[in-house]
Amino acid sequence: MNETKNIMIVGVGGQGSLLASRIIGNAVLLKGYDVKVSEVHGMSQRGGSVVTYVRYGEKVWSPVICRGEADVIMSFELLEAARWLPYLKKEGIIVVNTQKINPMPVITGALDYPDQLAEKIKDKGVKLVAADTLQLAKEAGNERTSNVALIGLMGKYLGLDIETLKESVKISVPAKFLEVNLKAFELGYNYEK
Amino acid sequence: MKKLMLGNEAVARGLYEAGCRLVSSYPGTPSTEITEYAAKYDEIYAEWAPNEKVALETALGASVAGGRSACCMKHVGLNVAADPLFIGSYVGVGGGMLIIVADDPGMHSSQNEQDSRHYAEASKLPMLEPSNSEECIEFVKSGFELSEQFDTPVIIRLSTRISHSQGLVELSDRVERELVKYVKDPTKRVMTPANAKPRHIKVEERLESLSEYAETCEFNRIETSDNGNSVGIITSGTCYNYAREVFGNSASYLKIGMVFPLPENKIKEFASNCGRVIVIEELDDYIESFCKKIGVNVDGKNLLPKTDEFSQDLLREKLLGVKTESVSLDDKIPGRPPVLCPGCPHRGVFYVFKKLKLYVSGDIGCYTLGAAPPLSAIDTTFCMGASVSSIHGFNKIRPELAGKSVAVIGDSTFMHSGITGLVNLVYNKGQSTLVILDNRITAMTGHQDNPSTGRTLKEEPTYAVMPEDIALAVGVKKEHIRTVDPLDISEFEKILKEELSSDEPSVIVCRRPCALLKGVARLPAYHVDTDKCKSCRACMTIGCPCISMTDGKAKIDATLCTGCGLCIKLCRFGAIYGGNE
Repeated sequence: MNETKNIMIVGVGGQGSLLASRIIGNAVLLKGYDVKVSEVHGMSQRGGSVVTYVRYGEKVWSPVICRGEADVIMSFELLEAARWLPYLKKEGIIVVNTQKINPMPVITGALDYPDQLAEKIKDKGVKLVAADTLQLAKEAGNERTSNVALIGLMGKYLGLDIETLKESVKISVPAKFLEVNLKAFELGYNYEK
Repeated sequence: MKKLMLGNEAVARGLYEAGCRLVSSYPGTPSTEITEYAAKYDEIYAEWAPNEKVALETALGASVAGGRSACCMKHVGLNVAADPLFIGSYVGVGGGMLIIVADDPGMHSSQNEQDSRHYAEASKLPMLEPSNSEECIEFVKSGFELSEQFDTPVIIRLSTRISHSQGLVELSDRVERELVKYVKDPTKRVMTPANAKPRHIKVEERLESLSEYAETCEFNRIETSDNGNSVGIITSGTCYNYAREVFGNSASYLKIGMVFPLPENKIKEFASNCGRVIVIEELDDYIESFCKKIGVNVDGKNLLPKTDEFSQDLLREKLLGVKTESVSLDDKIPGRPPVLCPGCPHRGVFYVFKKLKLYVSGDIGCYTLGAAPPLSAIDTTFCMGASVSSIHGFNKIRPELAGKSVAVIGDSTFMHSGITGLVNLVYNKGQSTLVILDNRITAMTGHQDNPSTGRTLKEEPTYAVMPEDIALAVGVKKEHIRTVDPLDISEFEKILKEELSSDEPSVIVCRRPCALLKGVARLPAYHVDTDKCKSCRACMTIGCPCISMTDGKAKIDATLCTGCGLCIKLCRFGAIYGGNE
């Protein structure tokens, strides 16, 4: 692997991006790559837009990902996928949970939540994979595994093999929730539309 | 095996490995986790101080006693701690001492973008700046060595992208250290003019020795390019990473790890081997100014901004003229600003402030979000504690507005630096009203204990200071010290009106724990009866993220609703039901 791989995890404060970055980070460590993860704490935790950068390769310098650089954007929410779209590489891919969470300007009626976002992103020639991962999590047996289902959905595009990813899920989630998390991961990984 | 570690955790690990015995800090993004991680080591005594001045003085005392010590803060905290910072420079150390300060370029969670490097120069203290997690461990450990070798506190400067980025680290064992023997020496530690004059001479001598040390120390290193030395880059901290990413091996680097004092000869030598030198630094032209002072011609702020944080993208655009292509939608994407959480006890207070059209002197904490729409209730937010002191000044000039103005502060911020403002208010015969939002925790930075929570950082029970007791002790009359549940907004409004109409200082304590605290019960959610909803939007005026208008009617998101019941008090048509009823 010569090039640095750039993964962005975006969503709304409190959606569980920390676990997602830990699972990818651990998987990359298992492969022996250099890795940097960058997150922003503070104000963003109060229901604001949050972004986590994961970069890995032979040698990683910068901890951040810039416009036009992301290989994969994993989004917990549709509007956030649209917000961070400019960060995607030309041939990159967006993996998105179709959940919608209204931001305050929409709640107060100042602005509308744009419609048909997934379609509009695709119309720009962007590769986008969308799934209702909450539904997948319910199928797995626990709604709270929605983010692991999303990681599963993204799994095919990370340049990492499934065994490594599953091994990383094992070391990243509490033992008593392992089975349901692995199930959610596989449901995501094998999801086809 | 290598471990992936957050910069702040790596700093704590460095403290542990170096045999540090005491850490005293006040929380502040992006520095908070250092002290939280340090507290997890049994070998380190760690505490939350009420403010940064107290924290630095505590660390100084521990150093005098002979133990290695540290204090951690965000950049604005160093302003609060500036007094002992400058004196610590004269006094020097017993056990090694670090002052760890995290700047926030880009203001992810701050009220300004100040550059802490000026403090090192002004206080004449050496300053180290790591560029990744591994260096966080190394620099903390060598920082203690430097501190003891040169008899000086050492400043470690971090920034958001160092503190909150994870990188690979190797761990070592802790090395325990004997306490440095304490010998009474007033000429070194009693800073009267007679003693401080010779100490100042020592400080200047120390600075000369440190400048010599800077020339050869391992903190500053030159990396020579593969293809000749056409472009030379002088940089430090997180900017070094961006520069390496963009210029790779095509440029030469002088990576500065010790940002004060800077190595004059090394810079001259580096520049003489390069065709062109660019200084890449966030915020002020600190290194650039030094280069120009010593006659080295460099580019810097003529090409790069003094504001906001940098990135590889910014360097590519500003230094190479390369713009990265990107895709975006034509739709306007609504922003997603942070908001007061569902069930936040502060929400109703700001609703009442807005309803009464008050001038609101605000402060630093979650409740600063009361400034955002639709509450839009706050007139000023300056710095920690300024709500109390500045409302006093405001009302001295406009006494006729005393009944239409209020100061608002959180419990932790009140303990930090609101108390002295209240003393001033009473002492100088003010008449202002102070509302203390006591949610029993320092919430903004992620739930740290403080003197009013009754628990220490090491999770031991302790005395809980009550704001009402402080108000009474500094002279607020008992009848003007009121306590109210902020979810009972009609009672709060009644009490607020009574106190605003008084000519004497008043303190109203709004007490209810943060809705996110462990052990705070979540009540059953509320719902909207759409037949009864008249679409008046009254429930929308409190900015609750659970409530939205769907198909023209109010709707409550039951998965988010904590059952606080504030909305039901605003509905005149009885359309909201559920909760505990």
